[in-house]
Amino acid sequence: MVALQARRAWAAAAAVLDPEVPAVTVAELGILRAVDIDDQGRAVAQVTPTYSGCPAVLAIELAIEAALRQAGFDPVIERVLAPAWTTDWITEAGREKLRAYGIAPPVAGSSSKRALFGEITVACPRCASTQTSKLSEFGSTACKAQYRCNVCHEPFDYFKCI
Amino acid sequence: MPASLVTALIGLADDHLILGHRLSEWCGHAPMLEEDLAMPNIALDLIGQARALYSYAGELEGAGRDEDALAFGRLERAYRNLLICELPNGDFAHTMLRQFYFASFMQLFWQAAEQSADATLAAIAAKAVKEAEYHRRHCAQWVIRLGDGTDESVRRMAEAVALLAPYTGEFFIADQDTCDVIAGGILPDTQTLQPAWQADVEQVFAEARLVPPKDVYAQKGGRRGVHTEAMGHLLAQLQFMQRSFPDMTW
Repeated sequence: MVALQARRAWAAAAAVLDPEVPAVTVAELGILRAVDIDDQGRAVAQVTPTYSGCPAVLAIELAIEAALRQAGFDPVIERVLAPAWTTDWITEAGREKLRAYGIAPPVAGSSSKRALFGEITVACPRCASTQTSKLSEFGSTACKAQYRCNVCHEPFDYFKCI
Repeated sequence: MPASLVTALIGLADDHLILGHRLSEWCGHAPMLEEDLAMPNIALDLIGQARALYSYAGELEGAGRDEDALAFGRLERAYRNLLICELPNGDFAHTMLRQFYFASFMQLFWQAAEQSADATLAAIAAKAVKEAEYHRRHCAQWVIRLGDGTDESVRRMAEAVALLAPYTGEFFIADQDTCDVIAGGILPDTQTLQPAWQADVEQVFAEARLVPPKDVYAQKGGRRGVHTEAMGHLLAQLQFMQRSFPDMTW
């Protein structure tokens, strides 16, 4: 019974969309770590912050809380720091959705310094060309840098590898 | 230990809040669009790191002070930030050099803090270290570009070096109030970080064709709450809303 409840709670919380990138869910981004039912019957959601400076953390926590409440649970949000979130927590489905949304996803297994410092190839999310160049190390949100495709000439966001 | 750890965490958080506030003053005033994105982004990272540290300090202290109470509810003498963080921004060269000095120091600090005996601090460090490295690289590029640039940029960068160098010694001065936290393996001993920091600065200065200053007197006092004239003005703005409307939220 508790296991079933926990699965239902997970499903409710996992469907919450990221407020800044509303193409992917908090589960696909790896921000929602777990949802358990505690001995008082409350739904405890473990949420991990992404970048230290991400202003969406509070909005995400509130949205998860609201989603759990709407599904009939008594929600508790727990902020988990360890292990630290990296872009490797983003699921394969999440990466695909980012790309479809026009954001070049971080390459899987790339939360290394080489990737952080852009010493890897970033493929254009529109035409898939690897002939791209960096426009700006900082972008419209804490998690993104700006690139441009040299083939289709579209500027695009790149999800920074951290 | 908890009392001195709280003190140490608050000092570290103050560095990040105050420098983050200073950087945020550039928002809308940067010399180019990319830098108008970069500086507020770096400021956000610093303030995010400050929030994590304040929250943890408040939790350990157990006196009911949360991150907002710590950030906005104290008087000037209770802030323990390094003086370099509170200095006025000056021009863009000055801001970039300060940011490079600080990020280079924090990169080494967080690297060491990843091995902390305190799991929460180690987790905060694991996240912050990558952010500090990203900031360091960005700012180092500007130090090199301006230091090895036009007559005007070289002049301004040299002025920034002369102005800021006396404030870098404070990174490495042992703080009597928190030495047991260092002895307990919770926070790094910053004195051990000095050679690596020095080497990093010298390497970037060599590329920037800047002359590293020698035998500079270290200005200090921030860790004891003794601040420069700039601090009161900064707090007047930083705390304005909470002073006018205590405990306001939106």
